[in-house]
Amino acid sequence: MDKKNQGKQKPLTGSFRTDGQPLELGEYEKTGGYEALRNALKSMSPKDVQEEVKASNLRGRGGAGFPTGQKWSFVPAAEGPLSRYVVANADEMEPGTFKDRILMENSPHMLIEGMALAAYAVGAQQAYIFLRGEYVRSSRVIAKALAQAYEKNYLGENIFGSGFSLQMHLHLSAGRYICGEETGLLNSLEGKRAIPRVKPPYPQVSGFMGRPTVVNNVETLCNVPHIIRNGAEWFKDLSLSEGGGTKLYGVSGRVKRPGAWELPMGTTIREILEEHAGGMLEGYRLRGLLPGGASTEFLLEEHLDMPMDFDSLQEAGSRMGTGTMVIMDDRTCPVGMQLSLQTFFARESCGWCTPCREGLPWVVHMLNAIEEGQGEMEDIDLLLEQARLLAPGHTFCALAPGAAEPLGSGVKYFREDFERHISEKRCPWGQNR
Amino acid sequence: MLDERELAEMEKELAHYENKKAGCIGALKAVQKLRGWISDECLKDIAQHLGMTPDELDNVATFYSSIFRRPVGRHVIFICDSVSCYVVGYRELLRHLSYRLQIKPGQTTADGRFTLLPAACLGVCEKAPAVMIDEDVHGGLEPPEKVDEILERYK
Amino acid sequence: MVTVYIDGKSYQVDGQQNMLDACLSLGMDLPYFCWHPAMHSVGACRQCAVKQFKDENDKKGKIVMACMTPAAEGTRISIKDPEAVEFRGRVIEWLMLNHPHDCPVCDEGGECHLQDMTVMTGHVYRRTRFKKRTHKNQYLGPFVNHEMNRCIQCYRCVRFYNDYAGGRDFGVFAAHDSVYFGRHEDGVLESEFSGNLVEVCPTGVFTDRVFKKQYTRKWDLQTAPSICVHCSLGCNIIPGERYGALRRIRNRYNGEVNGYFICDRGRYGFEFVNSPMRIREPYLLSGEGTDTRKTLKEGEVLSALKAVIEGAKGIIGIGSPRASLEANYLLQKLVGPENFYSGASKTESGVVGQMLSVLSDGPVRTPSLREAANADAVFVLGEDVPNTAPMLGLALRQAVRHRPVERVTSELKIPRWNDYAIREAIQEEKGPLFIASVTGGRLDSIASGVFHAAPDDIARLGFRVAQALSPNAPVAGGHFEADALSFAERAAKALREAKRPLVVSGAGTRSSAVLQAAANIAWALWEDNRNAALSLVAPECNSLGLALIGGHDISGAVRAVEEGRADTVIILENDPFDRLDMPGAESLLRARQVIVLDYLPTHSIDRLQAAAAAGARVVLPAAPFAEGSGTLVSSEGRAQRFYKVFSGPGERSAESWRWLRDLLLELGRPGSEALFSLDEVLSAMGREFPALGGAVKAGPPSDYRIKGMKIPRQPHRYSGRTAIRAALDVHEPKPPEDADSPLSFSMEGYEGQPPAPLTARFWAPGWNSVQSVNKFQGHVGGHMKGGDSGIRLIEPAKAKETHYFTDIPGPFVPRDDEFFVVPLHHVFGSERLSAMSSGIAELMPSPYIALNDSDAELRSLTDGGEARVELGSFASFRLPIRLDAFMPRGVAGFPFGLPGLHGAVLPAWGKITAVKQT
Ligand SMILES: Cc1cc2nc3c(=O)[nH]c(=O)nc-3n(C[C@H](O)[C@H](O)[C@H](O)COP(=O)(O)O)c2cc1C
Ligand code: SF4
Ligand code: FES
Repeated sequence: MDKKNQGKQKPLTGSFRTDGQPLELGEYEKTGGYEALRNALKSMSPKDVQEEVKASNLRGRGGAGFPTGQKWSFVPAAEGPLSRYVVANADEMEPGTFKDRILMENSPHMLIEGMALAAYAVGAQQAYIFLRGEYVRSSRVIAKALAQAYEKNYLGENIFGSGFSLQMHLHLSAGRYICGEETGLLNSLEGKRAIPRVKPPYPQVSGFMGRPTVVNNVETLCNVPHIIRNGAEWFKDLSLSEGGGTKLYGVSGRVKRPGAWELPMGTTIREILEEHAGGMLEGYRLRGLLPGGASTEFLLEEHLDMPMDFDSLQEAGSRMGTGTMVIMDDRTCPVGMQLSLQTFFARESCGWCTPCREGLPWVVHMLNAIEEGQGEMEDIDLLLEQARLLAPGHTFCALAPGAAEPLGSGVKYFREDFERHISEKRCPWGQNR
Repeated sequence: MLDERELAEMEKELAHYENKKAGCIGALKAVQKLRGWISDECLKDIAQHLGMTPDELDNVATFYSSIFRRPVGRHVIFICDSVSCYVVGYRELLRHLSYRLQIKPGQTTADGRFTLLPAACLGVCEKAPAVMIDEDVHGGLEPPEKVDEILERYK
Repeated sequence: MVTVYIDGKSYQVDGQQNMLDACLSLGMDLPYFCWHPAMHSVGACRQCAVKQFKDENDKKGKIVMACMTPAAEGTRISIKDPEAVEFRGRVIEWLMLNHPHDCPVCDEGGECHLQDMTVMTGHVYRRTRFKKRTHKNQYLGPFVNHEMNRCIQCYRCVRFYNDYAGGRDFGVFAAHDSVYFGRHEDGVLESEFSGNLVEVCPTGVFTDRVFKKQYTRKWDLQTAPSICVHCSLGCNIIPGERYGALRRIRNRYNGEVNGYFICDRGRYGFEFVNSPMRIREPYLLSGEGTDTRKTLKEGEVLSALKAVIEGAKGIIGIGSPRASLEANYLLQKLVGPENFYSGASKTESGVVGQMLSVLSDGPVRTPSLREAANADAVFVLGEDVPNTAPMLGLALRQAVRHRPVERVTSELKIPRWNDYAIREAIQEEKGPLFIASVTGGRLDSIASGVFHAAPDDIARLGFRVAQALSPNAPVAGGHFEADALSFAERAAKALREAKRPLVVSGAGTRSSAVLQAAANIAWALWEDNRNAALSLVAPECNSLGLALIGGHDISGAVRAVEEGRADTVIILENDPFDRLDMPGAESLLRARQVIVLDYLPTHSIDRLQAAAAAGARVVLPAAPFAEGSGTLVSSEGRAQRFYKVFSGPGERSAESWRWLRDLLLELGRPGSEALFSLDEVLSAMGREFPALGGAVKAGPPSDYRIKGMKIPRQPHRYSGRTAIRAALDVHEPKPPEDADSPLSFSMEGYEGQPPAPLTARFWAPGWNSVQSVNKFQGHVGGHMKGGDSGIRLIEPAKAKETHYFTDIPGPFVPRDDEFFVVPLHHVFGSERLSAMSSGIAELMPSPYIALNDSDAELRSLTDGGEARVELGSFASFRLPIRLDAFMPRGVAGFPFGLPGLHGAVLPAWGKITAVKQT
């Protein structure tokens, strides 16, 4: 591919309608939809599909950035029907994140095709879309698309006469952030409390119903048809950095044009913020930002030239997460914002492991006290200590460590605000209720 | 007792799972959609239908935030209190709604029309601050008075 | 064996375990909550954090949970690492944020795992100033008290109650910091294992509600090792006494028998010991008139007894399956073998005799409970296990997991201790458990196949299974329904494919045919699998021991009296009205002289008291298990010693064997001088009955000492010893001497760990809770150091070939005018001693007669309606009808042993007719 075209190519969103309505099946087909599935079933072995995805350097868009092809390769070789599953993680509940919704509402068949390819690649005959219940519009769009796909035998028995069959179901969740954690998700899909499971064994070995299961993020899966259609090399070239492809970046907060844009992986924060989101609203200044949803570390103005990709942000001590940034402006009190963040995490803790279940509510108590003007100076160090203790490996899953990222960085970067809150016994911004 | 329509809706959900137990969340939601909430008695009926004990089903039901085990008003307003909405005016919106409806989060208006519940990020951060009333999302509620006209649509 | 490194030192461990297990088994202290040796790891509480290092060059390391870290070759961890130490302290701090700190008023105080772990981590300072979260408590029935605010969310309760014991009426509700452990609504916990919550819960959420009524701290209880008397399994228990009353029962770990758990019948069935009805003094019933009862003073008893014996024209003794070996043996010795009656009914003696011969003459071994729980295919024939032998039921619940667990441990390489991953991997999958029983039971829901039929048909089915397993087994002729045939085929296949197949049966149906069928299956399996096991549930706690002593069945005793061969009857801890029909029992009690040894009034004693007679009748206060020492033989054939916990008020009651010994001495019988101590009685018994020889070794001899010291029954913190009797007498009496055991009635003595049979309590420095049992085990969750309690007396014959039973009954034929009335057992109610406990009485069923719907319809009997049940011409009952869809046609179920239903000798043909409502 011509590198000059980089940035112009938008495989995920380029075909979207401009009126915000979902692509109908016919329209999707016109843009090359289901070609990848057809070709794969006709001329590629499941292993070929896996290899192509591996070669593309597609990394999971759910937050952790795990290489997708590699993940699929952990599924043991097929041994019979009904024995393996593909699940689309469409639980998108990470505060500040709305990218999967956009994909599902605008191009449902892209997800379906991606899942069908994933299913073919790992030998799954059953697939579930685990959708958060609040995404009512997405659920309607997907339900309709599923019906159409069945009708045209893109799903169902013996697809295109290839001998490959796939049943795809839509599951609407009943609300809990922890359902997005892939093993909590599996428990939820089994009609249980969404408590994360112990790993290993990984879901690829023992997942839904104890059977091999691949869980992938919606955006991850949406990339698959394009990779299969255009090849791994094409996909790699879309990116400005190591991980292949484009990325749906988003910005929310006091910017001129909050929204989401498909850009080459590795676009800088500054470009996203200033060019695409239009910069800060009049009268507001940037004080900090969460680069990829609520469970990533705060970044400051000095970080704006960092490329948004998995490795670069990791080096800066943060994470790209979901790639959807939340902007903290200079009129938002960092204490209140932290309280909002931690209230979310404390409330969404599943209640299984001690540090998260008990530590986060304590954090909320302290933040509340500070917010209400009843904080004590020791609370600041206690907050930092909690952030340090809620580390990966200390807890059962990544929820609490996710909460610790904005907590530790937020208190560190905006310590003065916390101190003023405490010493003045009120919000210096007059923002507390 | 569950009526025929409720049973039919439940069965539709259950068809997607390998056993009835796995479909229990869908079953609860299907019934809740018709009834508004899941009473103890209703929980027992559903449990029986699924071959579960009330305890087994309630272990699941009480875990999830959108299964209501207590009565709610005719319309449920979920107000997003997560970070993006927080940054762009959640507090003002909450203050306004509480004042307009004369209830705090978790409460139901005296006339049984609205229940106000805090909600995690509704996934419309680009249109913050936002609420979801029943199944409809309303974003961009800044200034908060914008919500007044919207409330009128829910009788 | 693999080498692991802990704080820089190398250790050899077996490699199959996790690092928490390894550390504890090495005797180290590492705090934990969610892990439990019987339920393994789930990694929830994060309390067992240690630092793990990649290799010797890794100085940084990372925090891991020891319970989730395999003890693989070369694993390197540090317990002492400052970061790990800090984190463990912080975990306690988190758990304590909302804990009420109400230790002074908490029943768990002083034996609280949370207290122990808090001290162990060194967390001492409270840094939070916020309000605690609170919960409402629930009413959970008579056994278990609920105090949710103390919860530290370790999830052990649900993991035990639901995952391990199969309960479905309990669970965890809500999420985040409001998770709640309890029931969907207030109500009695349905599981017969609910009391284990008290020991499983590491803090005071679930506490013993019966104990609460007269609460005592653990360190103020006088305890001794004991054996449960409420069924035949012989679970090991620790009864605790204070102020002359038995206060509670706790589990006593036995790696081969009950492990960490006991059932609620065993835990809560003890209240009969404290009954105000207890016979506390010897007395004489003589002459005529109403007030015939005369208390015998200290010096009068033996002479009165001697007079009875010397005036007798023929003495017979009625032994008891619920009395100790020693007592039965001495009674037999007193009256002579030809005059000794086992005290079991005719059918019961037949069945128990059958059991004994199957186990000792056949080639198949009877498994311990641990082995039963390890079976990988089970066939239950006739026995309603959860009701007759609850802990065997719990073992079978574990057994059904083996097949799937073995599959995932080998296919998916999930270590056995990774309980969470294993459960998710196996989901609802169950290994083979086939049940053929009279009616539905609590294990049916986890069975791969169930078959309900009359006892003869159950037996026939069993013979059919045996036939399918071996060409040498006899052919069960006659007609079989298709479903019976396919059941038999599936069961046979599952057993044949098993590595450790187990056949379970027992005396529950009182059918020898059923036992013979079970034996045939076991023997057929044995022909190509020497690991086959056969577990037979005996009726009572010493049924098998009594069978080893022998004796005729009780019906012979009636004849002896009726025919004038005997005019004197000695009844040992038994009630003929429970074993005979009314006329038989009446006849027996018409003997001119009667001596009764018992601790509670029986129907027979009431009769003696009511009916005037010329001859002498003496009632002697026997000591129930907690007030005496002796030996019982469980249905595994395991002889186990129970030790006196305390002397009852008045101190005039004594073990039956002691009364009998005194009488023998008084009579000056030759050789009786050598029968003084318990040890002597046991060795004499062993000489006379070689099969019982091993019983001597069920506990160390009475002169056993450690460092010259006895083992104290009272903990070293026992308080108020000098004040206990102050209200009666300011002089503290000398503690009673215990000449019969190495245990003393004091706090002085050996402080360390005695051998298992003498372990009177579990305590170790820093470990005040039941978890201290870790320190007594060779390997955590394994066997007690120096071996578990008990000596197996019955081992299979070294047979080369099997001698199959060939007497196969014909198909059961329902009768037009009669029902075949069979006993149905109830965990609460069918055992008469436990039925006297308040909580058990509350939970036992009210009397009923159970019938199949169509049988009832045919005879115009309706659910809840009243029926007259006539068994023979003497026993007649008016009972409400309970329709039971699983009852076979022509068979009726009669609740076995319920108080008030005397005189029903089952099974029997009986008439059931509707009582006309007037
Ligand atoms: C608390 C928590 C919430 C999560 N929520 C989501 C989510 O809503 N959507 C998602 O795709 N991944 C979510 N993840 C990440 C998933 O566990 C998992 O890594 C992802 O679905 C894998 O897909 P990918 O490989 O395509 O990225 C969450 C993780 C955690 C710890
Ligand atoms: S960190 Fe622990 S309590 Fe929190 S969500 Fe994960 S498993 Fe649940
Ligand atoms: S004991 Fe290891 S995490 Fe609970």
